[in-house]
Amino acid sequence: MARKVNLRIWRGDSTSGSLQNVEVDANEGEVVLDVIHRVQATQMGDLAVRWNCKAGKCGSCSMEINGKPRLACMTRMSSFEEGEEITVTPLRAFPVIKDLVADVSFNYKKAMEIPAYEHPADLGPGEARMEQIDVERSQEFRKCIECFLCQDTCHVIRDHEENKKSFAGPRFFIRIAELDMHPLDMLKNRKRTAQEEHGLGMCNITKCCTEVCPEHIRITDNAIIPMKERVVDVKYDPARWLGSKIRRREG
Amino acid sequence: MSGVFSPSRAQIKERTLRTDKWWLQPLATFGVLFSFVIYATFRAFEGKYYYAEHLISPFYSPCLSEACVPEAVIGGFNPISAQIFNFPLSPALIILIFPLGFRMTCYYYRKAYYRAFWMSPPACAVAEPHKKYTGETRQPLILQNAHRWFFYAGLIFNIILTYDAILSFKNKEGEWGHMSVGSLVLVFSTAMLWMYSLSCHTCRHTIGGRLKHFSKHPIRYKAWTTISRLNHSHALFAWISLFAVAFADIYVRQVASGAWTNIQIF
Repeated sequence: MARKVNLRIWRGDSTSGSLQNVEVDANEGEVVLDVIHRVQATQMGDLAVRWNCKAGKCGSCSMEINGKPRLACMTRMSSFEEGEEITVTPLRAFPVIKDLVADVSFNYKKAMEIPAYEHPADLGPGEARMEQIDVERSQEFRKCIECFLCQDTCHVIRDHEENKKSFAGPRFFIRIAELDMHPLDMLKNRKRTAQEEHGLGMCNITKCCTEVCPEHIRITDNAIIPMKERVVDVKYDPARWLGSKIRRREG
Repeated sequence: MSGVFSPSRAQIKERTLRTDKWWLQPLATFGVLFSFVIYATFRAFEGKYYYAEHLISPFYSPCLSEACVPEAVIGGFNPISAQIFNFPLSPALIILIFPLGFRMTCYYYRKAYYRAFWMSPPACAVAEPHKKYTGETRQPLILQNAHRWFFYAGLIFNIILTYDAILSFKNKEGEWGHMSVGSLVLVFSTAMLWMYSLSCHTCRHTIGGRLKHFSKHPIRYKAWTTISRLNHSHALFAWISLFAVAFADIYVRQVASGAWTNIQIF
């Protein structure tokens, strides 16, 4: 059964914009993206919205719904109270292009700065062997759909534009953790560069990235904090440093 | 204009558009932690009512000062002067830096107080009030990296508090095999401190998290999976242990001051 809902949709571009009210039908079982598409089809033909799979797997329809970074395709209309006004805006950590579409290219630049996996030189194609228990930690991070909601909610860049130069953000900390925990990755200085070049030390672990992750990756507990501890091993723990000098320690 | 008000971003004047009660959690955290700090400070300076009939307050154990009542001192080891620069030094002040440091540098409490006290940020997707932010890259916050040293110290404290809890199974005459309400209070408080320590992220890292190849270390892998399960509840243990320790101190204080009677169960 359809019901009327009141939407406030941010419309504009990088020069100006405002929240515009619109009343639209919402049917049982629908998600916010369905309702936005109905607005686009019936009332705002030029409304810009990015979307693709409608199944929570492509990460395209990231936006802020009632101030919270969410996937529009995974936010059920039934989760709102009867008569509740629903405010929809683009991601507020990134420059806006038009309406609900933000420019997330910052993330692609950061992705290119992360050193890639380095394969053991003595292993040829098809010779690599790994045990499941050695790769399962990294596999959690491979669930990332690159929706960039974690990047959007992270106050280090959301509230401080100037930090974007020196801070990779939670999405790329899980990438660094994935590689550092990879049983065959041979790159030696990943921990140091995480701290010194990618800004791991700027994270104050307030866990907002974990709260918004639609894949329920435990970003802070399983990636950022373990990486911070690994950085302590190589940079701030004299006993570990001494141990590494006395005898070669490798896990 | 920076942050969410930067010129290139969607021009929205509100610092957040959240409609839920996002302020409730930081406010509650602030209230509880601030109350604890006030109480702990009062008790640390009070310097009395910390020992009563084989019960010693966790705020005052180990009692290392010459000012300690003899029964509270373990093996006659009280090497620290009762005064510093002619000011009386409460025995609690000598040791509180260790449990305090462990909690201050704890990954869970960092989240809690960065949000509640420093508002950095007050809640997710709520703009923080600070103009600049450098995180934990500079002094003094770079000292958060010392968490593991406080963790090691915390383990020593846990062993001592376990010893204290065992001693509470004596009766007034010093005979073993008796139990009072105070024994249960100390046992619960110590058990929660152990759970808080063992579920800690540093413990998880030390036990096995730093390994690259779990398959080469099956026992450490088993231990790591157990600690990882506990780690899911680290925040819960952080709060329960805080309340348990505070209550244990209150209980001992009330018994020591004569306000409450420590009921002997058997």
